[in-house]
Amino acid sequence: MSETPVATAAPKERKAPADSGGRSAHTALRTTLRWNKLAGLVAVLVLAALPFYLTEFWLITGLFAMAAVLGAIGLNILSGNAGQLSLGHAFFLAVGAYSYIVLSGESGVIGTHETDGFGLPPLLAMAGAVVVAGLFGGVFSPIAGRLRGMYLGIATLALVFIGEHVMTNAHNITGGHNGRPAEPMSIFGFSFSDGDPDLAVLGVEFDRYERLWYFGLVLVVGGILVARNLLRGRPGRALGAVRDSEIAAGVMGVPVARFRSMAFVVSSMYAGLAGALLALVYGTLVPGSFGLQMSIDYLAMIVIGGLGSVGGAVAGAIFVTVLPQLFSHYAASLPLVVEAGGDGIGPTEAARYLYGAVIILVLVFAPGGLAGIARRWSLALRSAKRPSSPSGKTPPQGAVS
Amino acid sequence: MTKFSEIALNGLALGSVYALIALGFVVIFKASGVMNFAHGSLLLLGGFVIAELHDELGFGGAVLVGVVVTAAGAGLMELLFIRGLGTVELHVLTILTIGIDILLTTELVRRIGSDTMSLGDPWGNDSVRIGDAYVAEARIASIVVATILIGFFFAAFRYTAWGLSMRAASEDREAAALMGVSMKRIQLVAWCIAGALAAVAAVFLTAAPTSGLDRTTGQIALKAFPAAVLGGMDSAPGALVGALMIGLAEALAAGYQSELDVLGGGVSGIAPYIVMILILLWRPTGLLGSKELSRV
Repeated sequence: MSETPVATAAPKERKAPADSGGRSAHTALRTTLRWNKLAGLVAVLVLAALPFYLTEFWLITGLFAMAAVLGAIGLNILSGNAGQLSLGHAFFLAVGAYSYIVLSGESGVIGTHETDGFGLPPLLAMAGAVVVAGLFGGVFSPIAGRLRGMYLGIATLALVFIGEHVMTNAHNITGGHNGRPAEPMSIFGFSFSDGDPDLAVLGVEFDRYERLWYFGLVLVVGGILVARNLLRGRPGRALGAVRDSEIAAGVMGVPVARFRSMAFVVSSMYAGLAGALLALVYGTLVPGSFGLQMSIDYLAMIVIGGLGSVGGAVAGAIFVTVLPQLFSHYAASLPLVVEAGGDGIGPTEAARYLYGAVIILVLVFAPGGLAGIARRWSLALRSAKRPSSPSGKTPPQGAVS
Repeated sequence: MTKFSEIALNGLALGSVYALIALGFVVIFKASGVMNFAHGSLLLLGGFVIAELHDELGFGGAVLVGVVVTAAGAGLMELLFIRGLGTVELHVLTILTIGIDILLTTELVRRIGSDTMSLGDPWGNDSVRIGDAYVAEARIASIVVATILIGFFFAAFRYTAWGLSMRAASEDREAAALMGVSMKRIQLVAWCIAGALAAVAAVFLTAAPTSGLDRTTGQIALKAFPAAVLGGMDSAPGALVGALMIGLAEALAAGYQSELDVLGGGVSGIAPYIVMILILLWRPTGLLGSKELSRV
């Protein structure tokens, strides 16, 4: 829904270049874009500096948030932009995670189970995991193409349960109940693990999580850029048109079926990447990490963040991942919350309450999510700055903020 | 053959419980257009209230209170969260019910802890002999009670004023409202009915062959989703058909587990979902669901 204003407003400005209102709107838009770029750059720099200051606990939390960001961007393309409700996102994360483990791992024996592996270089295995997840999405998309709305949501629910069943039974892939270790990432001989080579920057020991942090950061920045470009261009508008009315989109010449399945494939590929990153962060994967709860969490992320906005998906993913950790970490100093195992409301429960309450509050008071709030604030800020601006000439806000 | 008739009877019993839950989904969907993800927590609420009270009030009294409390809880959800947001897109409301479910389930799970609570049902572990099959008494009771309740429901749907306005509303909400049908009352009543049915379902889900109510009982409601969906989300008879199919499929998969070993252990748990996907491939809006029409 946020994509359309850009599409309709741009030609208007081109038509009337002499109109001073149009020009000021145009400059305002360019300033906004410049500010956005600057803010993005600052954010990346700050994130790059964080491993020097954070403890391992927060690094791990941050890495989980990065994986969640990638997954949420993917689900947002599918559910927010293309309007296909999916409760099966956890399944595609699982496909990505286990594809990475199988492609990069060696065949061998874990416990009593024989495991298969292809022994590919980790980077290639990660790319492979993304492709495999995309393939799974492609295979499911003809089914998804026939279903609408709630029917699709419940059908994707089935994917999660069937996936869980396969995972607990396919011991040669998952290594059975004890789980299976993931090969650490390594690029051209530089291993993202403790040591090999030993590394210390400015007196800070660079171990597994510090190294993975930068790897994850690169993936996240890349993921955000790809999604923004995809959604700001033709495909994004086509998806929005399909979401708003399939028939109207078809009449305008948008190949509906192709875009619907494209959204599914792209979203699964993001999920696959997120799953592979999760496998790296966890180190060892146990079946059962990818349940319905995870799917619901992802849905909550994009709803809290604001459907259809990449920035919203990022914010929502960070919110949902970091919130429980914050609670469990600072449980002792919070009122009404007792330490885990005590009598009363424990930190995990407190986080769950807040989580549920936030979903409800956001939907009741700000159906546009965090992105909607940000958009409203920046509009209010701008109209406060330029009270003389003629009404109706409010510059279109960057659709994907 | 003995084995088969036993399995079929168990499947029928399971299906009758699913039917109670699935009917709740359908009633809410018809009235509010929402897929109620908070149904699992309602189920848990009903079970919890009955388990807490059956010592003091006896089983019958506890069930009565449980049903009333759960119906009131469901009605409260509708009043507080769904009604005020009537204009919002429906999938937003659906996700809202996930938020409600998280809140209610967290609270109930915190109270239940790791206990397994008995609901104090009178059936115990006895089984009845029908022909040459042995079936637990509770299972027979569930078939009987569900049949009576569902019969009542369909009769009300067909012959009462509420049923008529409900049918009118699900046909065309605006037209019904223009004809003087109070949408508010219809929605409230629909949610209350769904809550009451969920509480009854909780009794049978936790009775005899099962050990009792624990923190995971609410998740069983998830298995009724396929039942409602494969029958058609907006069709009450569809929910019935779907629930029986799901119940039979699950019982058959469990009964013939040894023959299905290729598919891995515990295949009965996912049988409902496989059946649903196959049916949806064939009929995208369920067996008896109304075809989607769109106007541009």
